[in-house]
Amino acid sequence: MLAASSSSINSSLPVFSVADLNMRIAGSPTDLVENFSIDVFPGHTLCIVGESGCGKSISALALMGLLSPTEIDIRSGTIRFEGQEYPVSEAQNARHLRGDRLAMIFQEPMTSLNPAYKVGEQIAEAITCHHPFSSDEAKKRAIEMLAKVGIPAPAARFNEYPHQLSGGMRQRVMIAMALVNNPSLLIADEPTTALDVTIQAQIIELIRNLQKEANMGTIMITHDLGVVAKLATDVVVMYAGQIVEKGPVEAIFNDPQHPYTIGLLSSMPKLTGQRERLATIPGTVPTIQSMPSGCRFSSRCPFRAAICKEKPVARSFKNNHSVSCHFAPLDVILELSV
Amino acid sequence: MTHISDDTCSEDAVLATRRENRVWKKFKSHRSAMIGGGLAAFFILIAVLAPILPVVEPTATDWFAVRKAPSLVHPFGTDEIGRDVLSRMVWGAQASLLAGVVSVAIAIGLGVPLGILAGYFSGWTDAIISRCTEALLAAPFLVLAIALAAFLGPSLTNAMIAIGISATPIFVRLTRGQVLSVKAEDYVESARAVGLPTHKILSRYILPNVLPPILVQATLSIATAIIAEASLSFLGLGQQAPAPSWGQMLNTAKNFLHQAPWMALWPGIAIFLVVLGFNLLGDGLRDALDPREK
Repeated sequence: MLAASSSSINSSLPVFSVADLNMRIAGSPTDLVENFSIDVFPGHTLCIVGESGCGKSISALALMGLLSPTEIDIRSGTIRFEGQEYPVSEAQNARHLRGDRLAMIFQEPMTSLNPAYKVGEQIAEAITCHHPFSSDEAKKRAIEMLAKVGIPAPAARFNEYPHQLSGGMRQRVMIAMALVNNPSLLIADEPTTALDVTIQAQIIELIRNLQKEANMGTIMITHDLGVVAKLATDVVVMYAGQIVEKGPVEAIFNDPQHPYTIGLLSSMPKLTGQRERLATIPGTVPTIQSMPSGCRFSSRCPFRAAICKEKPVARSFKNNHSVSCHFAPLDVILELSV
Repeated sequence: MTHISDDTCSEDAVLATRRENRVWKKFKSHRSAMIGGGLAAFFILIAVLAPILPVVEPTATDWFAVRKAPSLVHPFGTDEIGRDVLSRMVWGAQASLLAGVVSVAIAIGLGVPLGILAGYFSGWTDAIISRCTEALLAAPFLVLAIALAAFLGPSLTNAMIAIGISATPIFVRLTRGQVLSVKAEDYVESARAVGLPTHKILSRYILPNVLPPILVQATLSIATAIIAEASLSFLGLGQQAPAPSWGQMLNTAKNFLHQAPWMALWPGIAIFLVVLGFNLLGDGLRDALDPREK
């Protein structure tokens, strides 16, 4: 079931956009992430999907300005955020935005909290480092925020250390810490991967409710298509550092155009119908040294042809749906189970 | 039965104490650590209480009791100019422990910040700090301390400075290594994502999480520093006569090994015990603070 509707995609301006982000490992000749451009609208959730190592997380870290310039060379890319425009390579200097206007939730709640301080203090610190609140006020707000993310007995939990909380609780604390300053963009990097399934559902629900309440734009990085179906308004499919397909969630799920997207969707188990062996995409993501020169997916693509030696250009068609494949748009709607 | 309303609070208190107790419990069951802690505590107590202990003046001479064997009047005997060895041992403990603690404090004060800078900032900062550290480490610890003490001039204060500087490289290295592993932790990245300024990340996220191994190293370094102070005093570069110190007592005693062996025996035993104590204590702390050991 596709939850959110994207009928009003052009109703407002994007709160956050990135244009043409290119980066590589310092000294390497191949781009790690190529032509990465996305727009995030207020109240919308953009899901970035793709398998491990496709450049999802590193793009998110680049947008937050958390990459070390000595390791990663950001060659181009511009961020437009809340009326400001700055190059991605300058994002690391935007400390006043981080944690205040731009927030991030990480994958590993078990290790993302400082073990040496009480969780409440860490939330309060996130407030006082951006706003001139007294420590009492900050504490009050932190406790309110803990209550808001569904932590029982927030005043008592304020004084607990991370090791005293379960994984789900810690992820709630991380969410409280990220959202305490009412950011207008939240980047969540696989926030549920490390949690068990029932807690995953709760956390996804929590993020969705808080986002709706604050009309916040969200970038959700995941490889769980179930999460995508539940949360996404828009989907970006990445493969080997490139965006291969992006568009509204209905378009991606109902009318996938790129062979990689088709492969991803058909490798999802179905609840109904005859059980068959799950479809797989043969092979693995090429390493950065052995990247094919044309279409990066060509080494694994079942529809490979001579033209795939050339780099495909992103073509957009109806409804902001765009695909980087020489054969798009497809004339027929492919039956996914084939 | 009537404390139902306090339920959450008392449960939290239980959790909190349980964690604090874990380290203490491990330490308590570690027999040699307890012996070490006892020895260290005993000598610290003597050093602190030296002014109020009922011993005679450590510099008071008695020409009628020169090199007298242990007796009821002088339980540890007397030295070559009739000073009470027990009294000199007590006051010497003060010099030894003071030197141990102060020089390690100097080493931590210099070494930990430098190590944090080198580990966190890498690049040029790291290259400069690490090369200087390696240069200092190339010289043997005691030789370096002797050279520095000779350069600064003989006195207990200068000996402490010399020992402190000589012990600094160990702390720089240890801290740098710890910082390299801690700065890759997720919570440091999430602190940066929250927008905390670098100085706060260093003082609140890096420092507290690199402290446990530094604490262990500090305890072991106190033992080394006490030996170093004794060695410097033995060579005449530490505590100056007539103020008492164990190393300097040994220096005098070596001339009377046959006539008055007790003059050498007591300082020797004391140095042995205090160093043993701090080493056992350090080992015990290491085991107790190591999260991998049960």
